[in-house]
Amino acid sequence: MLRRGLQREDVQGYLFISPWLIGVLVFFIGPMVASLVLSFTDYSIIAPGLSFLGIENYYEIAFDPLFWKSLAVTAYYLALDVPLGQVGSLALALLIHRQIRFKSFFRTVLYLPSVTPIVAAASIWLWFLQPRFGLMNGALALFGIDGPAWLASREWAVPGLALVTLWGIGGARMIIYLAGLQGVPEELREAARIDGAGVWRVFIAVTLPHLTPTIFFNVIIDIIGSFQQFSVAYIATDGGPDNSTLFYVLYLYRNAFNYFRMGYASALAWIMLLLLLAFTLIQFRGARRWVYYGGA
Amino acid sequence: MAAPESLPALSRGYRPGRRLAQDLGLAFTYLSLIIASVVLFLPMLWAITGSLKSSGVLYSYPPQLFPREWEWVNYLEVFRIVPFLLFARNSVIITVAALAGQVLISALVAYGFARFRFKGRNALFVLLLSTMMLPQQVILIPQYLLYAQLRWIDTYLPLIVPFWFGHAFSVFLLRQFFMTIPRDFDDAARIDGANPWIVFWRILMPLIQPALIAVGILGFRSHWNSFIDPLIYLNSTAKYTLQLGLSYIKSNYLIDSGGDPHENWLMAASIMVTIPTIVMFFVLQRHIVRGVVLSGLKQ
Repeated sequence: MLRRGLQREDVQGYLFISPWLIGVLVFFIGPMVASLVLSFTDYSIIAPGLSFLGIENYYEIAFDPLFWKSLAVTAYYLALDVPLGQVGSLALALLIHRQIRFKSFFRTVLYLPSVTPIVAAASIWLWFLQPRFGLMNGALALFGIDGPAWLASREWAVPGLALVTLWGIGGARMIIYLAGLQGVPEELREAARIDGAGVWRVFIAVTLPHLTPTIFFNVIIDIIGSFQQFSVAYIATDGGPDNSTLFYVLYLYRNAFNYFRMGYASALAWIMLLLLLAFTLIQFRGARRWVYYGGA
Repeated sequence: MAAPESLPALSRGYRPGRRLAQDLGLAFTYLSLIIASVVLFLPMLWAITGSLKSSGVLYSYPPQLFPREWEWVNYLEVFRIVPFLLFARNSVIITVAALAGQVLISALVAYGFARFRFKGRNALFVLLLSTMMLPQQVILIPQYLLYAQLRWIDTYLPLIVPFWFGHAFSVFLLRQFFMTIPRDFDDAARIDGANPWIVFWRILMPLIQPALIAVGILGFRSHWNSFIDPLIYLNSTAKYTLQLGLSYIKSNYLIDSGGDPHENWLMAASIMVTIPTIVMFFVLQRHIVRGVVLSGLKQ
């Protein structure tokens, strides 16, 4: 067998990717290894030195009520935000994708909330959902409904935050679906129509199967992204009231930067990584049953 | 078996009652879109009118959508209560510096991945993809410790320097675009004696402009809107970005915060922080859908 040494093309290739190669070592692989090691220690940035604890952090986490609380809060938020967000954005994308007038106007108006910075979005919604002076409860009152205290109440705070992000990233999700819809062959839809299929039938039999790769991609990215949601909870509720919006990453942040328990926070980060990895793998396994790559 | 004369009509999908169904469908589409647009615009409208209300109107019950007198002075107040222009300057510096590196270096790296067959290329590309999917929180703490060692805390460097080593998603997006450009362009230039650097800079960079714009839009948004990183790395108020400034206003002037309630100031500041992103969107909106298509979702 011929053994090939480093050739000109190798060297040139490495040279061009060298910034990333250095970056991934310094800012990524190094920190990942460090984070894993830290998760087995009691490291705190304010106290000098560290001692090795073995799996003690992980053991403590298993009995930490706030860990379970933050996991439950995040799961509840995901269960509201991801399905509603995906279905709603897909529905809007389908409506806009039709041959209609003022297409770009509608697309712009529906996308606009997505360009709002998250801090501004959270502030705007704090005022919109203000229990007494906000428009939401003012509007509900017109229908004789006594609106809840939203972000100030334990029961409605997570749904309230879900509203903020549904509004804030719905447009971005919609754009991805619009891009996906461009990949659905118009001939097939037309053929189905000629065969007498109605709007709903065309959607179920033609459009939806061709969209499944986009849906799959969107859902995976959405779950990973929404699990990391931090800013909205930090700004709008700061985990309150009574820890009812203690998102997982908010709890991680507090351990690292408020309590300076960096070892413990690293362990929380690794648990999060493993959870997301497991979740994604399960979805990839399940995908074989419903994602259709035939036509694309 | 269809009679010949009915064929043209059939091929247009004509059936009795079809016309009515189509009209109803269209009406439904417009109605849904109008309702969705109004509902999605309401919070923004509430913020805009809120920013123009006096405190008396702001905290009156029942809420009124439009104030009788517009208090433009609320916008001036924002500049009085915080150094808003300084925050804006800080945000611009960080965004421009980080974005420049992100676009340039990512293009360079993407070119390397797209055009050279070096050993371990596929494995490295898989590594690049996996860094894209990984939650940032896993590396947050060691990164913080690294920057603390380098004495970068309370400087802009942690928010800028990492992007001068390429940004995974940008590399991925640009590499996909490089792959669509025929190698004939490279070959022709190489025959004329151009080296790989010239091919990259003079020939290919102009050709991948749409993808560079897409990366620029995504990058602008993420740097301008960034919150958690500035929150962690910037301590002194004079170095705050607009987002941190907004968060500062929020903590001090909410009606529930116990202090001096001025949600009208908070709304005015929120709107001013949002305006640049809206302008950006209107200037570049036709590139946005294309950018998403480019990102290889359809592959």
